[in-house]
Amino acid sequence: MERAIEVRGLVREFKGGIHAVAGIDLDVAPGEIYGFLGPNGAGKSTTVHMLTTLLPPTAGSARVGGHDIVQEGPAVRRVIGAALQEAALDPLLTGREHLKLQLALHGIPRTERDARTDELLERVGLRLAADRKIGGYSGGMKRRLDLALALAHRPRILFLDEPTTGLDPQSRSALWDEVVRLKRDEGVTVFLTTQYLEEADVLADRVGIIDHGRIVAEGTPTALKAEIGRPTVEAVPTEGTEPAQVEEIFGRFGELQPSTAGVAVRLDGKGGLADVVRALDSAQVSVEALHLHAPTLDDVFLAKTGRSLEGSEEPSEPDAE
Amino acid sequence: MNLTSQVLHLARRSVIRTIRQPANWITPLVFPLALMAVNSGGLDAATSLPGFPTDSFIAFFLAFPFIQGSLFATVNAGVDLARDIQTGFLNRLALTPMQSAALLVGHLGGVIVMGVVQAAWYLSVGLLIGVRIEAGPLGMLVIFVLAVFIVLAFGSFGALAALRTGSTEAVHSLFPVFFVFLFISSMNLPRNLIETEWFQVAASLNPVSYLIEAIRSLVIVGWDEQALVLGFSISIGLAIVGLTLSSLSLRTRMART
Repeated sequence: MERAIEVRGLVREFKGGIHAVAGIDLDVAPGEIYGFLGPNGAGKSTTVHMLTTLLPPTAGSARVGGHDIVQEGPAVRRVIGAALQEAALDPLLTGREHLKLQLALHGIPRTERDARTDELLERVGLRLAADRKIGGYSGGMKRRLDLALALAHRPRILFLDEPTTGLDPQSRSALWDEVVRLKRDEGVTVFLTTQYLEEADVLADRVGIIDHGRIVAEGTPTALKAEIGRPTVEAVPTEGTEPAQVEEIFGRFGELQPSTAGVAVRLDGKGGLADVVRALDSAQVSVEALHLHAPTLDDVFLAKTGRSLEGSEEPSEPDAE
Repeated sequence: MNLTSQVLHLARRSVIRTIRQPANWITPLVFPLALMAVNSGGLDAATSLPGFPTDSFIAFFLAFPFIQGSLFATVNAGVDLARDIQTGFLNRLALTPMQSAALLVGHLGGVIVMGVVQAAWYLSVGLLIGVRIEAGPLGMLVIFVLAVFIVLAFGSFGALAALRTGSTEAVHSLFPVFFVFLFISSMNLPRNLIETEWFQVAASLNPVSYLIEAIRSLVIVGWDEQALVLGFSISIGLAIVGLTLSSLSLRTRMART
């Protein structure tokens, strides 16, 4: 089956020799939600700009919807929809006017535009605000309209560049539901960039982790976490218990990890949680709380890059952000 | 969707934007006429200079609002385009099958509509206060056509500034530069009556003088072939240069494949 997105050795170099994207390969199957995870400035937006034909690559190749992004730009644009990082809206136009303009520029016949506009407004919950100028919309409303605009011409492939950044939890959840619905009901392929681990974990069928313009890990969230495969045990010593006592015991089971709550160890296979509990008990070391943390995508990022994704930030991507 | 439809949709958006920003249409409609009233009051005595081509300074000065109004429309249009670049709206348009030319022409289409409205307003006010258009009704039509070319010429340079810089501030800073061109022209006096030599030379080298003189000739002379040929040639020439440079800048700015 033809891949929805196929990328080979894609490079984008900016002035001053900055490699925002330093040669990436990836494949996205039709109907798949692909999460592109990485810190700010890792190369996510530059990749999206290239795949959506807005930025020519310096080297490498990519096909989107079966079309070459360099040679067949107009054909690519016909099959994709995109909501870029900034909700690019005109504050002086209403939501309805935005949609009608978008539909007209996509060549949707006049007779269909009104119905399609109403349908999209209803779907993103903006029917009541349809005739208000965008200047008065909240951030969440703007993002929802942005999504409606990206879907206006019924694209087969949807690019969402950090669609939930800055949204409140309720708006974020509504947008996640819509993304899942698009995949489930319409078979839309979604290429989603995010810096939120939870978002990638919840939504993506597969995740690509990008750092310094290179993909450092790729796979399903479950597989990636299983690859790391080592849960962390964290203990909060009781008052009167020396943390050093806990550290001594934990040290038998793996590598000690930094912990703000107490003492933590990443298990290295010499024993499980039960063994840790037994060891603490036999040494008569009491703890107030004991937590078992399953591996997260942040652990994957940490394992692959030596840094934590949370709070990790690169200089902004030139031009693309 | 063909180019014409795309242009019409984008021009419509440009007009809606202008209507929804009252400062963008009130200023060009009011300010040039206010300046005309002030100047006409202060400089009315100039009509008694030997060789002054008319005994009505208001009729002589009526060409000025057309040019100044075009400058306002130009800067406003440039700012709107620069804002589209800054907000990423240009990228949104670039993701549609829209042809690049449609963006530029559609944008300028909105400027032209504004130019026509302004021309109708200035002409109506002129007629209401008793200015007689020597070239008659056909001359008025020619004034409209010339006003369109002038606003297109200036508008293309506003678009050029927006596309080159992508900055609303940079486009705003053009206004004083345009204003200098306007004031170092034959707007207050016929060139042959300007006594300060450097000013006369500067006004003669300044293309704005010929745009003013073309409109002025239709108001106070009738059909002055030389003035009209110069006015139309310069406005069309400027429009061609501005549009060509803007198209090249658009190609760089909208680097989609």
